Amino acid sequence: MKRVLILGAGTAGTMMANHLHHELDAKSWEIAVVDHRQEHHYQPGYLFLPFDIYQPEDIIKSTQDFIPRGVQLISEKAEKILTSDKQVLLQNGDFIPYDILIIATGCNIAPEETPGMDGAEWRKSVFDFYTFEGSLALRDKLREWEGGKLVVHITEMPIKCPVAPLEFAFLADSYFKHKKMRDKVEITFVTPLSGAFTKPKATEILSHLLVDKDIQQVNDFGIKKVDNENKQIIDYEGRSVPFDLLVTVPTNKGDALIERSGMGDELNYVPTSKATLQSLSYPEIFVLGDASNIPASKAGSVTHFEAEILTENILHFIKNEPLKAEFDGHANCFIETGNGKALLIDFNYTHEPVEGTFPFPGVGPLRLLKESRINHMGKLAFRWIYWNMLLKGTHIPFVSTTMQTEGKHF
Amino acid sequence: MEKVISGKTVKVNEEGYLSDFSQWDKSIAVEIAKEESIAELGPKHWEVIEYLQGQFKQEIPLSIRKISKSGVVDIEEFYALFPQGPLKKASKIAGIPKPASCI
Repeated sequence: MKRVLILGAGTAGTMMANHLHHELDAKSWEIAVVDHRQEHHYQPGYLFLPFDIYQPEDIIKSTQDFIPRGVQLISEKAEKILTSDKQVLLQNGDFIPYDILIIATGCNIAPEETPGMDGAEWRKSVFDFYTFEGSLALRDKLREWEGGKLVVHITEMPIKCPVAPLEFAFLADSYFKHKKMRDKVEITFVTPLSGAFTKPKATEILSHLLVDKDIQQVNDFGIKKVDNENKQIIDYEGRSVPFDLLVTVPTNKGDALIERSGMGDELNYVPTSKATLQSLSYPEIFVLGDASNIPASKAGSVTHFEAEILTENILHFIKNEPLKAEFDGHANCFIETGNGKALLIDFNYTHEPVEGTFPFPGVGPLRLLKESRINHMGKLAFRWIYWNMLLKGTHIPFVSTTMQTEGKHF
Repeated sequence: MEKVISGKTVKVNEEGYLSDFSQWDKSIAVEIAKEESIAELGPKHWEVIEYLQGQFKQEIPLSIRKISKSGVVDIEEFYALFPQGPLKKASKIAGIPKPASCI
């Protein structure tokens, strides 16, 4: 009996468990997943929690419920990957050997990387919304906040879901308007990038939206520290931005397991082939989702496309066939713009997001890079798709794994 | 598109980054630096430029964090050498693409 071991039962690991359970011959392969967490969180929901759009129960389900019968879920923490022995040491002292290892341990926030960020004001006037606890604490803060300077801030790239901070700023504008207190809130968006987003055409449109919504923008801001006493953030060139409420996206790092195993880069991401998703150092190790260092967005939609290609590649690997170098960096994201509207963007390694129609060229019904109500409905519907199709590895109809260029205005 | 820098015609993208690294030379670097308000490139500037080019040739993605851990410069020095967006500015002067750490 041979074993595929999957580390992590988040979006990536759960999808792979489902795909492989479907594809592998149960007589010769067993599949096991290691994750100590009892709860599976719908992470895009963290964006909506602070604004009371979603409640905690909308975004939490049991991890076990999404692991198929016949796949073993080991509810333990992994301590170390022993690559030369092809084993994983668990924190309870057990060794689990593997023939194929899939690393899907994701990434987490690391506020301790920035001096002062997790200081005296942490979760008092300095918040994150990339964790469940942070997002919930921020909800409680916003419910009673009487206004002032709201600063939405990105520490450094890459981060999980690079559009989420912008969405947060848009939703905040809309939230305070509904609370009839927009005039009491000054919103500033502070980024280390030179514009609102990483790609030129989307940046142009998103910058217009920031202006329309009266959100100030501070670009090229390389944060040096959070000054808790004077409530300001300071950059390496001495610029400072004052805040009454700082909503920051701290540095994102791969799991500490990767560091303990000596397998990561300076941010604990595993060096990975961007086309095949195989580890650059160990042929029997594959890396999926946020844990890898590939230059694609860290997002569930990207992982979803990766998982379809990785499944094929693992089947090729088992048969000693050459791997398909097919992953193109395809990402497809809804961007909430507030007031019940959203934008949709679709892009890959080589094609930036542009205007057009999706998923049917020339027809739609969704329109790319344009604010609309139907895109917002798409974003809300995505939660259902996530729980009922995406995690289970069901192919989403009409959405191709690699990006389509038809119907787009390049 | 094409642009004449230091008397040579080179290919650049719309943001002024060289599209073909093989067309880069030191005199081009000096010209681009001037456009970016860096009057003179000192030994430390060149050390950083060479480091960036070395990483680029090995296809290693660049970030400010990585440079600060490289032993070549610390973050404060990097900002002092190439003020206002040091990685983007230094990459442009080094003739390599705009850093893709922005995804």
